Amino acid sequence: MTTSQIAPNVSRRALLKGGALTVGFVLGGGRLEPIAVLAQGAAQAAAPARVLDPKEVDAYLAVNGDGTVTVWCGKVDLGQGLRVAIPQIAAEELGIGLDKITYIEGDTALTPDQGRTAGSYGIARGGMQIRQAAATARKALVEIAAQRLGVPAETLVAEGGAVRPKAGGTGLGFAELIGGKRFDLKLDPKAPVRDPATYTLVGKPLPRPDVPAKCTGTLTYVHDFAVPGMLHARMIRPPALGAHLVAVDEASVAGLAGVRVVHIKDFLAVVAADEWTAVKAARALKAQWTEGSGLPAQDQLPAVLKASPGATEQVLVTKGAEAPRPDGAKTLQATYFWPMQSHASIGPSCAVADVKPDSATVWTASQGTHGNQDTFARFLKLPKDKVRLIYLDGAGCYGMNGHEDAAADAAVLSRAVGAPVRVQWSREDELGWDPKGPAQLIDIAGAIDAAGKIRDWRTDMWIPENTRGLPSIPLLAPEAAGLDQMPGLNSGQIAQNGDPPYRTDRVQVVAHWLKTSPLRPAPLRSPGKPANCFAVESFLDELAAAAGLDPLALRLQGLTNPRGIAVVEQVAQMMSWQARPSPGPGRDAPVGRGRGIAYIHYKHEEAHVAIGMDVAVERSSGAIKVERVACAHDCGQIINPDGVRAQVEGSILQTLSRVLMEEVRFDQKRVTSTDWSSYPLLTFSDVPKLDIVLIDRPTDPPLGAGEAACAPVGAALANAVFDATGARLRTVPFTPERVKAALGGQAATPRT
Amino acid sequence: MPRYEIRLNGTSRTIESADPDQPLLYALRGLGLTATKFGCGLGQCGACNVLVDGKAMPSCRATVAETAGKSITTLEGLGTPAAPHPLQAAFIAAQVPQCGYCTSGMIVSAAALLRETPKPSEADIRAALDGNLCRCGTHVRVVRAVLAASGQTGQAGQGG
Ligand code: FES
Ligand code: FES
Repeated sequence: MTTSQIAPNVSRRALLKGGALTVGFVLGGGRLEPIAVLAQGAAQAAAPARVLDPKEVDAYLAVNGDGTVTVWCGKVDLGQGLRVAIPQIAAEELGIGLDKITYIEGDTALTPDQGRTAGSYGIARGGMQIRQAAATARKALVEIAAQRLGVPAETLVAEGGAVRPKAGGTGLGFAELIGGKRFDLKLDPKAPVRDPATYTLVGKPLPRPDVPAKCTGTLTYVHDFAVPGMLHARMIRPPALGAHLVAVDEASVAGLAGVRVVHIKDFLAVVAADEWTAVKAARALKAQWTEGSGLPAQDQLPAVLKASPGATEQVLVTKGAEAPRPDGAKTLQATYFWPMQSHASIGPSCAVADVKPDSATVWTASQGTHGNQDTFARFLKLPKDKVRLIYLDGAGCYGMNGHEDAAADAAVLSRAVGAPVRVQWSREDELGWDPKGPAQLIDIAGAIDAAGKIRDWRTDMWIPENTRGLPSIPLLAPEAAGLDQMPGLNSGQIAQNGDPPYRTDRVQVVAHWLKTSPLRPAPLRSPGKPANCFAVESFLDELAAAAGLDPLALRLQGLTNPRGIAVVEQVAQMMSWQARPSPGPGRDAPVGRGRGIAYIHYKHEEAHVAIGMDVAVERSSGAIKVERVACAHDCGQIINPDGVRAQVEGSILQTLSRVLMEEVRFDQKRVTSTDWSSYPLLTFSDVPKLDIVLIDRPTDPPLGAGEAACAPVGAALANAVFDATGARLRTVPFTPERVKAALGGQAATPRT
Repeated sequence: MPRYEIRLNGTSRTIESADPDQPLLYALRGLGLTATKFGCGLGQCGACNVLVDGKAMPSCRATVAETAGKSITTLEGLGTPAAPHPLQAAFIAAQVPQCGYCTSGMIVSAAALLRETPKPSEADIRAALDGNLCRCGTHVRVVRAVLAASGQTGQAGQGG
């Protein structure tokens, strides 16, 4: 088949057969009006044969017979705006209107594997592959036109969906040049890309095409998706971690019509024709379990991490002389702790699976549509190409919430009952059983001299190891049902940014990789960096206070990267920063007011972000009120400024929630913070004023914008609280009890 | 099967439910009205909010039997892509949703607020929406959109 069979103006029905999410744009009244053709799901019809090799141009784009263009992207839109940003890049580079682009994402049968949508690489990597594909395609289009017209290629230009003489006059439309045919070209890294000075689409705050559907209830989330004959299921979890199923009393649900109990080793679920019956059956079902494997006492966790046997030590960074510290320098040591946290998605995970004897189709909101193909093929014992995963929107997952697990639950159940099955997790399932952002324990020791020169710095971190070659994390369903999967741990790149981005005589960063983690870990937005930056940037302020220096001045004195200096100076200006050491003069007032700042050069090679905060701390209650957050953000070339701004707002507020109130609570059996009162989130009344300045660098490469602004939030807040009160917070979350304890001079340091 | 008469998005509807305790949420979604979302089932998040006789209520906590004879409005009943409610139009203009899972409940809560208080202050909006959780951090835009929908050009922070 040729790609022209997927025409952009096809009916919704036809798209439904194709089984992908397609977004179209129309131009109305001179303004770009996005319209969303949301054709999601249903792989009833066979997927058309597609080139899927990520090295091939045809994997990413095709010129259709009518001159429109279809773009295929293996990365998915989780609400971060790739559905407009990627078409912006493709349309710009090709030289065609955005309204002529049809966009298809995240379907293993249709889109190239561009890796998980993770690490804030959607644009920086996924988008840049598509830019290169479009640049290669444009070069080919110009060359074909040059040959047909008998003129040198340099005299031609691609714009408005045609290749024309630069001097003017009509040219040849893209459809005439290649419509409906393959390019048969590899991505050419040397194909010239357009000069940013000529951009007409990239850099514009164009609206996201899925927003109207999300505001009117017409978008099909995975939670809303149904196929004919689909049954509804609820999972039954053990009462204690590691408990095994001894017996199930099926008679306990006999009174509920049509309920089927599925019991495979420790995997237990109920399936019914309608959802409410499944809910009632899950509540009614009686089962007997063994005792669990046990969890450490919550308040012992930092000590447990430090004492974990078999940790592997790895020196991550070592710079500078081995010289002893010079006399006169002040030395400090501090311990910081970041607790386990949940992804805490507003919608509990959900998935639909249709598993047949020889093939499987799974509709999932996972960020790893492609990445999960191997995992699912393995435990279903099917060839990889017989397992199709199709992305549908879900509640935001910020790394890896329960989406993958729910999909595996659905797949196991669909095979067991021989029908398509929809699994909807409960709130308790989601907060109790989603894989957690891991706990991080960080020790820092350092020395500063009277002139503010950092003489020595050593960071030690205790964090769960990442198992080499682990494709995903182990999922609950294969584990419980005894199906094949690779064991191991993965929390993402949690060891980055353990070293200060400032001039330092000597730096060492040592990771103590732990073999186990009390609860199953997974990447959680900006993996590890919020904790590492919290420790590093808090410690910098502790050094500044020890030396009696203004914390802003100490940063500016130590920074070398001009883009780093620019964001820090920008925030200082936004906050009308008064130079003085912390804590400030009002530290003993009933309500102390203060300001703090923190900075990150994300992963030492990506975005530069500085965040400043103004806070008020009530001494009697220990309550922190964040009054204002100022943020300067430089992620290189900005594709869509409104999209970047939304990501920065979200990063700041989500991390503020994590720092102020979030900690997974557990007893010795299981997670106990399984509703919104025991695992509270930031609400409207807690939301501060946000001032964000985006620094655009159109001639630099675009860098990720979905994570970096998370990282400095914790330290900016801790530094502001110290400035306001003189109390140093080293344990997240900053609950009123912890603040009061720190104000009372009690150890604000985790017990280790 | 027992039948319950309700007014749903302006039309009279009969809901059949074998269980009078079935939450309204499941009944609505079973009718294909999937804008209303399941978030917790505990009345703690607002994702399932609908208007019951003009007041915002979590549909996960109201049973079908309790809502018999009442007038229910879901997000679908407020407006459509072609003819959006002023709040929907304002949410679209402010590009509020990220994942959008909380958006339906937010718009419904805001609609209840504007019925009572056509020109709410920023503090009124925050108070009215305090029971609506958002994990993506769209709060600043939500407040701005509600101000705009009520014909006030207030700036809800400058973030965005
Ligand atoms: S689902 Fe009803 S309040 Fe959360
Ligand atoms: S937009 Fe994702 S939860 Fe609110």
